[in-house]
Amino acid sequence: MKALSIVESAYRATIEEQDDTIVWLNHAMKAAGADLAVLLRGNAVNYAVRGQDAAGLAFGAWRQTQPPRIADDIASLAGKGVTVYVVAEDLAERGLDAGELVPGLERVSRDGLPGLFAAHDQVWHW
Amino acid sequence: MAEKKTLTFALMDAPYESARTTTALRLIDIAARRGYAVNVFAYEGAVLLPFSRQQPHPNTVHGRDVAEENHLLTKEVVAALIAEAARAGGKLDWVNCGLCVDERGAGEAIDGVRRGSPADFWKMAEASDNTLVIGTR
Repeated sequence: MKALSIVESAYRATIEEQDDTIVWLNHAMKAAGADLAVLLRGNAVNYAVRGQDAAGLAFGAWRQTQPPRIADDIASLAGKGVTVYVVAEDLAERGLDAGELVPGLERVSRDGLPGLFAAHDQVWHW
Repeated sequence: MAEKKTLTFALMDAPYESARTTTALRLIDIAARRGYAVNVFAYEGAVLLPFSRQQPHPNTVHGRDVAEENHLLTKEVVAALIAEAARAGGKLDWVNCGLCVDERGAGEAIDGVRRGSPADFWKMAEASDNTLVIGTR
């Protein structure tokens, strides 16, 4: 079975696993042998932008020493053999160029989404 | 006789926070009544749905004591769904994400709920006719 995870809600719950919880989930399932692909759409396309820095979160004397590094997580997911798609129009609407993104991503147009869905046995819209 | 399907649900919202959870539990109820094999993977705040220390309370705004109020506790809903699935000849396998449980101190779950991992979700989905993710928005 091949499953496609659609990640759309962006920067939600990033303090729970110190990353995106669904990206994290897909890393964990891939480690368990799952055959997966991930689609970033909507605001979540920003996950692929290099150079993000979420460091500095502090409450009183407590410091978060391991801030989310979501772009790195996306790149490493692709490096593990998970195809990571990004919706081209969602990038364009946010003024994001290919040169700003981590390597190893597949761009897909909105018109191409039905075909992408059809190529997977299950589609999970998180 | 209708085919007995295997369905997997991934839930994410904490109790009471979203009507999506009510809808999800109603869908699970329908599947349980049909005797389907139902899997639930509770992720993030949803691990608190079967938390055993939930307590009902009276509602002074309604002028009702605790018994009259008959407060909906999600742990009782989960227990009822597990019982209904068994009564109808199916099964409800409820798996709480273990790390999510630890982060929330939600280890005290009702009977019939087990601890698991993302690998369990993958196995359940792989063995299912289909999977429905009801994510947090």
